[in-house]
Amino acid sequence: MTLVVTRRMTDHPADSHTMERYLATGGYQQARRAAAMTRDELVELVKGSGLLGRGGAAFSAGLKWSFLAPARPAYLVVNGDESEPGTFKDRQLLERDPHQLVEGIIITALANEVHHAFVYIRGEYPKPARRVQRAVEEAYEAGFLGRGIFGGDYDLEVTVHLGAGAYICGEETALINSLEGLRGEPRLKPPYFPAAIGLYNQPTIVNNVETLSNLPHILAMGVDQYQALGHEADTGTFLFSVSGHVRKPGNYELAHGLTWRELIFDIAGGLGEGRTLKTWIPGGASAPWFVPDDHLDLPITKDDTARAGSMLGSGAVVVMDDTTCVVRAAERIVRFFSHESCGQCTPCREGTTWLEMILRRIEDGHGREVDADVMLDVSDNISVGLAWPPKMTTICPLGPSAVSPIISITKYFKDEVMAHIHQGRCPLKPE
Amino acid sequence: MSRWSPETQERARQIIARYPSRRSAVMPLLYLAMAEEGYLTDEGMAEVAEWVGITPAQVLAVASFYTMYKREPAGRYLVSCCTSISCMLLGADEVLHAVEEAAGTPPGETDPDGLVAVEHAECIGACGGAPAVQVNYELIEGVTPDKARQLVEWLRSARPEAVNADEMQALFGGRRSFDWAIPDPEGATGPVPAFSPLGTSARGGE
Repeated sequence: MTLVVTRRMTDHPADSHTMERYLATGGYQQARRAAAMTRDELVELVKGSGLLGRGGAAFSAGLKWSFLAPARPAYLVVNGDESEPGTFKDRQLLERDPHQLVEGIIITALANEVHHAFVYIRGEYPKPARRVQRAVEEAYEAGFLGRGIFGGDYDLEVTVHLGAGAYICGEETALINSLEGLRGEPRLKPPYFPAAIGLYNQPTIVNNVETLSNLPHILAMGVDQYQALGHEADTGTFLFSVSGHVRKPGNYELAHGLTWRELIFDIAGGLGEGRTLKTWIPGGASAPWFVPDDHLDLPITKDDTARAGSMLGSGAVVVMDDTTCVVRAAERIVRFFSHESCGQCTPCREGTTWLEMILRRIEDGHGREVDADVMLDVSDNISVGLAWPPKMTTICPLGPSAVSPIISITKYFKDEVMAHIHQGRCPLKPE
Repeated sequence: MSRWSPETQERARQIIARYPSRRSAVMPLLYLAMAEEGYLTDEGMAEVAEWVGITPAQVLAVASFYTMYKREPAGRYLVSCCTSISCMLLGADEVLHAVEEAAGTPPGETDPDGLVAVEHAECIGACGGAPAVQVNYELIEGVTPDKARQLVEWLRSARPEAVNADEMQALFGGRRSFDWAIPDPEGATGPVPAFSPLGTSARGGE
């Protein structure tokens, strides 16, 4: 398997974060090249590479850039607010190869005529933030950031900004509000893209850490070689964070196209002794779950996953074995969205709270016969028709995300939910 | 008239200078106010309001939105136990109970000595090393209930000046999300993340 964004940290584990190692392994050559290219050339190159955003929405990065409105100044905001339960890939990229991100920032700034970039890192990641801050300082000292980068006449400032514990700030307009010193509440759409109106009401590019970390490699390899690494429409590599009941949890840099069976049983080492696979979440807590009978031999691609009614999202795969109580698992995920709801939209604020309370009473043995239907009814009020992708009643997708575990447990595990209600206890717990 | 030390005031000035708009500095200045007094007091928030040119009510609106801005004393050591899905699957609830028991306090509260505060946290991005715990936001992965108890006892008896992730991981941790590989000498001295937007030199570390 070809490693790209995790190559340096794999080959040089002791010092992959330093400027010395970065320069010794070809670092900053692509940013230097980019400084001599035109904006159009850079945008076309990234569009041509097929690079999709790695933050969860899988939107074409080059296309996003091409929407940038002409007003200036324009800003770049790096989304390092990684908080989707199950996801820990950006933490590894930030800690272990921060210069790769800084080089991606320089390339993106040049492509979008940006002179001030912000790196927004979640508050619970002080170590990753320290590493990035240090890399930014080293880049300033080397003349790769600041006034007249690479000895030319292009100025680029970078500010590292620490969040303070709010999942919703991963939504790009909430993140922009947070950076402006406001509550991290998502902005009403339209405008749909901060590229039109973003930070300080100026054109703004918001890209995820992994997305930007790919850019030096796209420039180094060229479009054809980069595309060839991937699988059809899913170009390049993709970081999967595998967690839960597997023997070898971790981040795995892979191309798309292998099956779930290969990922869970070969790459992540399979389950514990005597355990069987019950269900798994294919793309972060927001994604509807998969089950072995229907999905184990499905190829892992964006399109195959979408056709099966879910998404690869942030690449977080959470594996659950036969000892897992699905009511408890769903409660934990819904509790997360209820806690993280910003409260602006009634369907999300009220709906997630009710879903959490109903799941808890079922798990505690006080469930009612109608509860499964009530949960689906509440879910329908958050996400009309329970369609996939969800139909929105809210400003952002947080509310509809809380519906995914409800749909999953009532579709695949209705008997287990009803057994909780009928027995007045969790049937998986010993008497 | 500022309540802050001249050094903190100088930092506030430098932080504000890193943003195109003063108001953008409200989040880093709230951390500065917490570091100054241990938690966010009304006076601390009023000070931030003056620095960034908004009202104290506007500062409170921001501070109350984010879970890491503590408006009550949060101990010298804030122990945050992740109980989100991946950690829950591998026994996080038992780890949280062990920490509560050892600290003698339920989640959201500080022990009578003001030393150890306990909270349950939503996903802290350590799912491959579940169950995970943070002390003053410095991470420990692969924690068992027994190790969690020992961690609290150690905080109580050793009373480290600053908590360091590498040290705590070696003493109380297990499986990690990925190889940390690179030693990190930084430590956190209170329930505020050990990070300065002014860089490593400004922290006097390394």
